[in-house]
Amino acid sequence: MKKTPSGVLGVFSHLDSTLKAIEKLKEEGYKDLRVHSPVPSHEIEKLLEKKVSPVRVFALFGAILGAVSGALLTTATALSWPLITGGKPIISIPPFLIIVFELTILFGGIAVFLGVLLNARLPKISLYHMYEPGFSEDLFGIFVSCEKEQCNSVEEILRSSDAKEVRSEEG
Amino acid sequence: MEENQEITYGKVNRDILKTLEKPGKIYYILLLITLSVLGLGFFAWMYQIVKGIGVAGITHPVKWGIYITNFVFWVGIAHSGTLISAILYLFGAKWRTSIYRSAEAMTVIAIMTAGLFPLVHLGRVWYFYYLLPYPDPKLLWPNFRSPLIWDVFAVTTYFIISFIFLYMGLLPDIAAVRDRSTGIRKKIYSLLSMGWTGTDREWRHHSSAYLFLAAMATPLVISVHSVVSWDFAMSIVPGWHSTIFAPYFVAGAIHSGLAMVIMILIPLRKFFNLKDYITQRHFENLAKVIIFTGLIVAYSYATEFFIAWYSHNTYEHEIFKYRVFGDYALEFWIMIIFNTMVPLLFFFKKMRTNIVSLFVIAFLINIGMWFERFVIIVTSIAHEYMPFAWGTYKPTWVELSITAGSFAMFALLFLLFVKVLPSVAISEVKEQLKPPKKGGGV
Repeated sequence: MKKTPSGVLGVFSHLDSTLKAIEKLKEEGYKDLRVHSPVPSHEIEKLLEKKVSPVRVFALFGAILGAVSGALLTTATALSWPLITGGKPIISIPPFLIIVFELTILFGGIAVFLGVLLNARLPKISLYHMYEPGFSEDLFGIFVSCEKEQCNSVEEILRSSDAKEVRSEEG
Repeated sequence: MEENQEITYGKVNRDILKTLEKPGKIYYILLLITLSVLGLGFFAWMYQIVKGIGVAGITHPVKWGIYITNFVFWVGIAHSGTLISAILYLFGAKWRTSIYRSAEAMTVIAIMTAGLFPLVHLGRVWYFYYLLPYPDPKLLWPNFRSPLIWDVFAVTTYFIISFIFLYMGLLPDIAAVRDRSTGIRKKIYSLLSMGWTGTDREWRHHSSAYLFLAAMATPLVISVHSVVSWDFAMSIVPGWHSTIFAPYFVAGAIHSGLAMVIMILIPLRKFFNLKDYITQRHFENLAKVIIFTGLIVAYSYATEFFIAWYSHNTYEHEIFKYRVFGDYALEFWIMIIFNTMVPLLFFFKKMRTNIVSLFVIAFLINIGMWFERFVIIVTSIAHEYMPFAWGTYKPTWVELSITAGSFAMFALLFLLFVKVLPSVAISEVKEQLKPPKKGGGV
């Protein structure tokens, strides 16, 4: 089996206990936390102080790539066989802009999707063995990566914050 | 729903996952009916392929018949799904959460249904790839000045983006289904959930992506029906060549789509016992939006007539007179009454709070909107410029069977959807509830 870093998982029934545990862990200097929740939570996000998601950059570059592709596809193909149809210019900007617009959205949307997969590290082949199915229902969880010696103090912090269950894992 | 504090996170999961349990007899009967009608439609299409497009009623001068009517109708149905899932999301309308999933699924299914009709209409369907942008042996590319190629790009983009949007929303919910299933089902849902575990990292990127997808889907949906309307408006056919077409089509699309959402939600709510989630308030809000879209549609009809009169253009005068008094007067009056007058009944609270009246009015609006497309398409080409080229059109059994088949396909795919995937967004409904807290709250 693939070796996973050793760590401790605390399972919580309540959001406020989870937030309390995160605060305590941060105070003790544990930075490498992974928090599970059934819904996205602004409170958790705020405490973890993570950077703004770079998915927005994917959206921007995808959209720019789409616009450029649309412009190139329409103008280059029109120029490759410069035949006047309906008395309209070879490069007819208004109709070509429609293709540019559609491809901007198409490429932007696909880039956003890829952005989520890359940044959220999906797809995962298998769930890590400590995963608690209740996380998708009504339970919260904090996984703390720690060295063997530190794990005991992490377990203590989690227990003192009213964790429903604490599990440890050896690397 | 958000006011009801008896609903907990656990109850939401249990209630909504219950919809995926083994179906009852009625479900199988409905499957059988839809499959049979779809079979009839498929047979008619095969018949048309073997015998040639001549078995359809479309011929000179009316070469766009109910195949194109259906195409426009189904693309229109798709639109309200995006309105509810993306536009109302951007506006922060929280009431959308429990109905958006079925509306978005309806969007994807309706685009799939719509996409079939240009292929059916082609006759020789195996030449469909002519529509795609690829260099043929003579290096001849599609003509990007043609509205038909805009359609290909707009509808394909709409399908892909709607599918991504639906799937993104579904990811956490598929994980919830995975966590409560066993055996082969668990394996399939594990694959579909892509290993979603609800970590802060996943949620952070997911929420950001969701916002961007909504922001992209909003202008997209407006562009799609605008492009569809330009299939007509870009020509110089009287009754089609009008600048009002794009907004008029978009409003009409949302009008019919909202009516379809009501028609889908009523049985969904009843059979799956989702009264806690799909409430009276949802129906009332949908009915209020229908009044609004109905008024825009009525205004558009009036403007069309006004401009035709004001233009002093004989051909425009003639076509609008023909619509009101000509061969298709009945269809015209169905369109006017069902689309503009019937929705006004929703001004009465009783009408928009009663399930039966909601269903009946929604049904009539859908009939009206189907006839709107029929009237716009058929009357204009039946009665164009030269009187000696005038003619009428009547759909044949082949066209009618394929049309019935498309409705069956839509119903069948939706029936399959509600049994395979959660038709109410579990995580988004939970987001609207107070999170479980030790020091107060749930």
